[in-house]
Amino acid sequence: MTKRIYADHSATTPLRKEVLDEMMPYLTENYGNPSSIYAEGRACKKAVETAREKVAGAIGASPKEIYFTGSGSEADNWAIKGAAYALREKGNHIITSAVEHHAVLHTCKALEKEGFEVTYLPVDEFGMVSPESVKAAITDKTILITIMFANNEIGTIMPIEEIGMIAKEKGVLFHTDAVQAVGMEEIDVRKMNIDMLSLTAHKFYGPKGAGALYIRQGVKVRRLIEGGAQERNQRAGTENVAAIVGLGKAIELATADIAGHKAKLSKLRDAYISRVLKEIPFTRLNGHPTKRMASNANISFEFIEGESLLLMLDMKGIAASSGSACTSGSLDPSHVLLAIGLKHEIAHGSLRVTFGNDNTMEDVNYIVDSLVEIVSRLRSMSPLYEAAVKEGRVKA
Amino acid sequence: MYSEKVMDHFTNPRNVGEIEDANAVGQVGNPKCGDIMKIYMKIDDNSEVIEDVKFKTFGCGAAVATSSMATEMVKGKTIKEALEITNIAVAEALDGLPPVKMHCSNLAQEAIHSAIADYYNRKGIDPTGIVGCNGNCECCHGGEEE
Repeated sequence: MTKRIYADHSATTPLRKEVLDEMMPYLTENYGNPSSIYAEGRACKKAVETAREKVAGAIGASPKEIYFTGSGSEADNWAIKGAAYALREKGNHIITSAVEHHAVLHTCKALEKEGFEVTYLPVDEFGMVSPESVKAAITDKTILITIMFANNEIGTIMPIEEIGMIAKEKGVLFHTDAVQAVGMEEIDVRKMNIDMLSLTAHKFYGPKGAGALYIRQGVKVRRLIEGGAQERNQRAGTENVAAIVGLGKAIELATADIAGHKAKLSKLRDAYISRVLKEIPFTRLNGHPTKRMASNANISFEFIEGESLLLMLDMKGIAASSGSACTSGSLDPSHVLLAIGLKHEIAHGSLRVTFGNDNTMEDVNYIVDSLVEIVSRLRSMSPLYEAAVKEGRVKA
Repeated sequence: MYSEKVMDHFTNPRNVGEIEDANAVGQVGNPKCGDIMKIYMKIDDNSEVIEDVKFKTFGCGAAVATSSMATEMVKGKTIKEALEITNIAVAEALDGLPPVKMHCSNLAQEAIHSAIADYYNRKGIDPTGIVGCNGNCECCHGGEEE
């Protein structure tokens, strides 16, 4: 088998050995239910509370403001629906952006069917939401602003602190989906005036199935899962103790040296971007040139289709992702790429490479060398490329 | 998610390219949907046998594989035989396609019909009665407007 290069860290990350080591006892001998009063239960309860302190510490919150969930999507659903239902008497207007993750967009769509009104703010060519547009969209009916911290597809980092300031001035709740941002950007919920924040462990080398929602103390949000009194009566269900322990350890490690992590990844990312744009014609970088996640490179390759590109990269041992329709299961390409103004055929030919801890400069060079070969092969069999040659746009 | 046969035809597509002196050319699909297939044929005027066929495709793995398989299936066949090839037959020859990819097999069938319509149009014969459409119908070129 050829060597595998994993370059899809925005999809998920491998579990760190240190994290697994912390989790193992809770998958084996420490099997108690944290709600139980005896020793086995108390040991697990303690482990959950230690993890809560670590999550709180990583984002500048207090432990009692952290609620564990089963995923980032659950945290987004809870924040948005929970706030909407709790504040229904005050108003029915929600502000979000056109480039949010589906966990946010589809939740907003569902609320529209229940009579809520949602403003989907457009973004500029780099995928950026302008704080002014947020301010202008606020009405006396606005109850919630939800804008992502960093975009999962094109890596653009949103002006969260400015939006937080506006939300505070206007007295509107502010939620941010920070699923991609934890461990990649410094986060301080107090300084940034964030009222609610979603995160999930598997994006920063923790286990899947462990998310969290930060809810600022004093903010009233309706619970979605009824049942027992877990999570201070706000989210029923026996805690996934091992995964929560893993989340705690992973966030501690991921936020210990964010600057160092960013420096390492941005070096790989920049080398990749500059080689691809230089060596492969008819390419463009999607997302912001500087205000982007250190891990993310999203590039469109004209005249070719993304899924074909992914299949060929896979055969070369490379795992990456695309915004093409064929990888989304629908006929439309990525809503993010369309929102930044790309034509459909350009959006279909996009490739997202997201670097992580284990990647090296050797990997970068191997990926680019493979791309040079694959892109040229796919173009040689593309009728769009043939047409461009005939029109004189491309030299044959 | 793809069968071994799909992957084989995707990895080593048969009949890729152009035919300089083709007397039947068809293009279907549109860039908005993410797949376009262009097919070139060299048809013998006396026997109506498709002597050579080549294709170029912009699209996903299934689109490339169905293009490749369809060209294999029409090569050496008469026009009449080629028109009888259905999208289902192409998909079956590939040991099936994932449900969301079935529309890709339509692309191959439509491309064959479009090229044969072009063959008759070039001869000044209305292909509607033979092919079932004149080669310019909505179904094959739908949504090309900007």
